[in-house]
Amino acid sequence: MSRLRWCDPLPQATDLPVLLPAASRLARSATAERTAGAFRLRLRPAHGVALLALFAIGCGWAEAQVQPGQPSILATLWKWTPVLLRGFLFNLAISAVAMAAGTIVGLFLGFAQISLLLPVRKGAWVTTHFFRNAPWLVLLFYCMFLLPFQVTVFGMTIQIPDWIKATLGLSLPVMANVSEIVRGALQSIPTTQWESAASLAFTRRQTMWMIIFPQCIKRMLPPWMNLYAILTMATVLTSIVGVNEMMSLTRQALSAENRSGLLLAFYSYVLFWFFLYCYPIARWTVRLEARYAVNH
Amino acid sequence: MESFWAWFRWLHDATGINLTIFYDSFDRSRFARGFVMTVELSAVCIVLSVLIGIVGAWLQGSRLRLTRHVIYWYIQFFRNTPPLVQLYFFYFGVGSLLTATGVSGSPVPMVSNVTWAIVSLSFFAGAFNVEIFRSGIEAVPGATIEAAESLGFSRLRTYLLIVLPLAFRISMPALNNNLVNLVKTTTLAYAIAVPELLYVSSQIWSDELNVPEMMNALLISYFTLVGFLVYAMHRWERAIRVPGFGV
Amino acid sequence: MTATPAVDAEPIVVIDDVHKSFGNVEVLKGVSLSVPKGGVVCIIGPSGSGKSTLLRCINGLVPIDQGSIRVASFDVHQLKTDQEKIALRKEVSIVFQQYNLFPHKTALENVMMAPVHVLKEDREEVRERAVALLRKVGLSAKADVYPGELSGGQQQRVAIARSLAMRPEVMLFDEVTAALDPETVKDVLNTIRELALEGMTCMIVTHEMRFARELADVVYFTDGGVIVESGPPAELFDRPVKERTRAFLSQIL
Repeated sequence: MSRLRWCDPLPQATDLPVLLPAASRLARSATAERTAGAFRLRLRPAHGVALLALFAIGCGWAEAQVQPGQPSILATLWKWTPVLLRGFLFNLAISAVAMAAGTIVGLFLGFAQISLLLPVRKGAWVTTHFFRNAPWLVLLFYCMFLLPFQVTVFGMTIQIPDWIKATLGLSLPVMANVSEIVRGALQSIPTTQWESAASLAFTRRQTMWMIIFPQCIKRMLPPWMNLYAILTMATVLTSIVGVNEMMSLTRQALSAENRSGLLLAFYSYVLFWFFLYCYPIARWTVRLEARYAVNH
Repeated sequence: MESFWAWFRWLHDATGINLTIFYDSFDRSRFARGFVMTVELSAVCIVLSVLIGIVGAWLQGSRLRLTRHVIYWYIQFFRNTPPLVQLYFFYFGVGSLLTATGVSGSPVPMVSNVTWAIVSLSFFAGAFNVEIFRSGIEAVPGATIEAAESLGFSRLRTYLLIVLPLAFRISMPALNNNLVNLVKTTTLAYAIAVPELLYVSSQIWSDELNVPEMMNALLISYFTLVGFLVYAMHRWERAIRVPGFGV
Repeated sequence: MTATPAVDAEPIVVIDDVHKSFGNVEVLKGVSLSVPKGGVVCIIGPSGSGKSTLLRCINGLVPIDQGSIRVASFDVHQLKTDQEKIALRKEVSIVFQQYNLFPHKTALENVMMAPVHVLKEDREEVRERAVALLRKVGLSAKADVYPGELSGGQQQRVAIARSLAMRPEVMLFDEVTAALDPETVKDVLNTIRELALEGMTCMIVTHEMRFARELADVVYFTDGGVIVESGPPAELFDRPVKERTRAFLSQIL
């Protein structure tokens, strides 16, 4: 690509087809998913109801296998709930920190992807796509095993707990996906906006911050929130590398109880907690998208 | 070839960069087997998930309400739960029910972990494929189908010659996204000890204590694998593209 | 309400008291007409008067509720199986307003598809015929081009060639110029004119009054699902009898 002048139109995203609404909807969502690097999470109240039904079946199943002298399944669940919820808080903490860190770096990377300087643009592109192509679990391993377990700053030794390393591991794919979301949004703004800003003698930096970026936020918010919901669900991956989050605690609880038939009840219970947290986010995403669609 | 491998031994002696997967024949074959396992897992799951997608999309248009409901809830379950939970559900949940009594009297699983990984991942990606193919089929304009009908095409012929080729092209970009995602998700099979790339790498680094080298080898392997798939699918997408058709 | 054919010949299309409803809306409220072999019939009238539905009924795309339609040796209203409908569609072919070409096939392939797959004719023979048909509609240069790269008028002429490839006895044209740019309308109308002059039986739903006047043996004016008036174009256009016909013509001319 030759050197761009600042008021040159940005390369446009895929042109949308002129076909049936269903086809263009599919093409649009495929483009959006490709940009966001994550599929759309669509939670409905019915899913919560189905999980509760599954939970009830699991409890019934477990209750039928209760031996004389053992506590009932609900009592067992209640006993473990504080432990599990502490694990769940871990999941939430990991997701929040990973999202924050990934977003901040990802924003810079996204802007760098449309830089006028070729090396910056290419570098940002390579970085983004390198981390987008790597599986989340591999990035998680990478950070878990390669980051030191302690660092020494000015003679002080600071321990780095496992969950912080896991959080960093998850923030890498978030960063790459946010970078693409930002680039996609920036390029979706019609070139006429750049041209009219240029005609009013705005500089490129002013145009970006005062005209282009504010319009992008609306477009970025839904995929960004969807990414967060996906990330929250993905925090269970950290159980594989030994972080004591809700999933590992559930498995520990199951092996401590050492009773048959608890599996379904426990897992549906855990999933229900995730549903409670992710459902409002998914709903809100849909509403924001609808509002955005009305404005256009 | 020998001298190529020997160079890595020299690299180890000279710099301490210990890439046993090149100069140690045992590690080399382990790593290669893991790579092949990942490729196999991906290929089998891609084929199965596409088949699930086609059959599911067809069943979704069924006249029976029950069939449509079953497909609907199948999609909802696999779309909205973490794939790791699905894997555990199959391996620990369903797998523990399907056991036979072994020679020593202890229960032996009837279905291997590799099979469970294939089943779980195929169903996971298949759920997305059902939706993708369904919307692809629905996106074919009714007027085009009517035109085929007016030229005397039978229903089956219209479906095979007009609807499916168009639906496939419309579905292609979404299908690509999903298949790339599927290949990345095969790493989860690590959690149930399927000897794929990530798993054998972890074995190698715990034997040889060369974590950084293995980590980078792993990252590059996946980057190459996924990058190749993305590239190939894009090329294919472009190759079957019809001028002026848009999608 | 039955019109007398202008040409004394064996009628090839006979429509008698056809009724058709979509849900609660009755689109055709007893339409009767007949077309002699080789005749050219134009149907005019305001939008929503059931003209397009009538053509679709003749082709068997839309089943009728009441009445009878006879095309050549087929009783269209009694066709049940797909096989029978396919046999009918070899005799009578329809060209749509929106052309509806198959977007994943080239112009030539579009023309060849039905003869090869439906009539099971030899591919090479069909190719020769298809090339000749494309030449006839003036598009031999565009044989290997996909529909998406053709203009509307060119697509419509390919669609006509595609219908002709089935060697039908009757051609139905459903507002074939309504979606076209004014410049390309002429080419399409010329193609149809040529066909009509060669003796093809044509039923043309159109808004091109001048074209209808020039070409038609009989013009039917429909409104609200019935035929209001019919006759040779000179009479219908210059001396309409019914008030509604007069009102319509004064608006449009």
